[in-house]
Amino acid sequence: MHNKFIQIEHVERAFSTQHGLYTAITDINLTIRRGEFVSIIGHSGCGKSTLLNLVAGLIPLTRGVLLCNGREITGPGPDRGVVFQNHSLLPWLSCFGNVYLAVERVFGAAEPRARLRERTEQALDLVGLKDAQHKYPHEISGGMKQRVGIARALSMQPTALLLDEPLGALDALTRSLLQDELMRIVAAQGCTVMMVTHDVDEAVLLSDRVVMMTNGPAATIGDILLVDLPRPRDRLALAEDPHYARLRGEVLKFLHHRHAQYAA
Amino acid sequence: MNVVPIKNPGSVLTDAHKVTGPAPVRLSQTPVTAEQPRSSGPSQTTLLRGRMDTLIKSLAPPLLGLLLFMLFWSLLAEHRPELPGPLKTWHSAAAVFSDPFYDNGPNDKGIGWNILHSLERVGLGFGLAALLGIPLGFLIGRFSFLHKMTAPLISLLRPVSPLAWLPIGLLVFKEAQPAAVWVIFISSIWPMVINTAVGVTKVPQDYLNVARVLNLSELKIATRILFPAVLPYMMTGIRLSIGIAWLVIVAAEMLTGGVGLGFWIWDEWNNLNVEHIIIAIFVVGIIGLLLEQTLLMLARRFEY
Repeated sequence: MHNKFIQIEHVERAFSTQHGLYTAITDINLTIRRGEFVSIIGHSGCGKSTLLNLVAGLIPLTRGVLLCNGREITGPGPDRGVVFQNHSLLPWLSCFGNVYLAVERVFGAAEPRARLRERTEQALDLVGLKDAQHKYPHEISGGMKQRVGIARALSMQPTALLLDEPLGALDALTRSLLQDELMRIVAAQGCTVMMVTHDVDEAVLLSDRVVMMTNGPAATIGDILLVDLPRPRDRLALAEDPHYARLRGEVLKFLHHRHAQYAA
Repeated sequence: MNVVPIKNPGSVLTDAHKVTGPAPVRLSQTPVTAEQPRSSGPSQTTLLRGRMDTLIKSLAPPLLGLLLFMLFWSLLAEHRPELPGPLKTWHSAAAVFSDPFYDNGPNDKGIGWNILHSLERVGLGFGLAALLGIPLGFLIGRFSFLHKMTAPLISLLRPVSPLAWLPIGLLVFKEAQPAAVWVIFISSIWPMVINTAVGVTKVPQDYLNVARVLNLSELKIATRILFPAVLPYMMTGIRLSIGIAWLVIVAAEMLTGGVGLGFWIWDEWNNLNVEHIIIAIFVVGIIGLLLEQTLLMLARRFEY
């Protein structure tokens, strides 16, 4: 029971549009184990973010069952920390203030203020931003903003971390830097991760399993790839690793051969 | 309610301020002597000349405009002797402002008193409008039922000429003073209601998603997300409202009497003291400009 941390069973999500009902994703079946790192990959518009938003509880599902830790997901909760693609920091709060808002909500009722401040600093320290905590979002780089977003999600001590293309907007070098950091943090915190991405290397490098989605409308899971590379993983060593290359090739084949997206 | 708040209309003046702001010219610098190598970057004199250039470039057009206006005014005054020229007006203004706070009974007070009384009425009417209009805007923006309920009423009442409200005020309050404040109130409330409401609906979905993911309470959503996000829109509404209030005050005071710039203009019209009327026009314009600039400066502090 506890091994099945997130259970997605026959989940469907349809949106009503001007042209009638539009089914974004349908018949999704996926079970994520506690402590597992699962990536969702697919072409844009395949509904991978929709799936993440369903698990986050931001939108309701239209069919199926969604369980987190054995309980039905009815809305957002502090047990599921979300990191958005566009960081979504509040520009009028400092980095500290942004994280503190989350800490205060989750622990404010039970803990004294000094402890809340301590938690906030710890979370920022975890992503290497302790020195920049009093800066405002417009004063820091895109990579730093995303770190604050991660710190905010982690500060709530979630059991699951939901990442919606967290590094998608960053340049390649910053991205690989943050990927390594994400691996380190997740290993240290032992949280379950569900990450939406469109970067094949990112998916293979970070995940235990890569979930590959077919193209929309009515997208569903096309295939699931088990990434049985030992951890900790080192990107430089893996670059030469034939097994890594094979796994990477599998994902690429799925995306560009079996479910290629042609320009309309 | 399809009003798009204008964030920075008429920023010509502010831009000019930016350019003409005090440039840090260091005059105490020792002059360049012959022994010093000449290739050590631009010399102090060229730097100074560059700053003078930008200063002249930014000051010249407005000064030229003002000069042409004065010229046109003088020419007009030559042909129409009943209209005082700039010089005559200037002398009269010097006399008026030499003793701004004299008090010779209710119908003869210094310009200072007139300005203060007008500002007081505007402040009162506008303050009441803000007190009611801003919370109302928040509610209308947050609850679509309330929006649908009030939208036709607001569309109906907003375009009504401010002075059309005066008889209602006189009827209800039985007195001129509260009636004038009422006119300011009713004509300056709409931009604040509308802009605040638009601001609330324009709060980025990302921020609201953050609120939902963090499971923030309605109070925290209001203080940490809605209020700061709406503040720039609100400031635009406030600025437009103050503009309208100041626009309306002269007309309202002309009709209601008492002490104030509008009444002063009417009084001097009866005395056929045209210099004073022109002075009043300039005073109204300058105070309006100052109000606008102060609020623009305030608004800029809330931009993220």
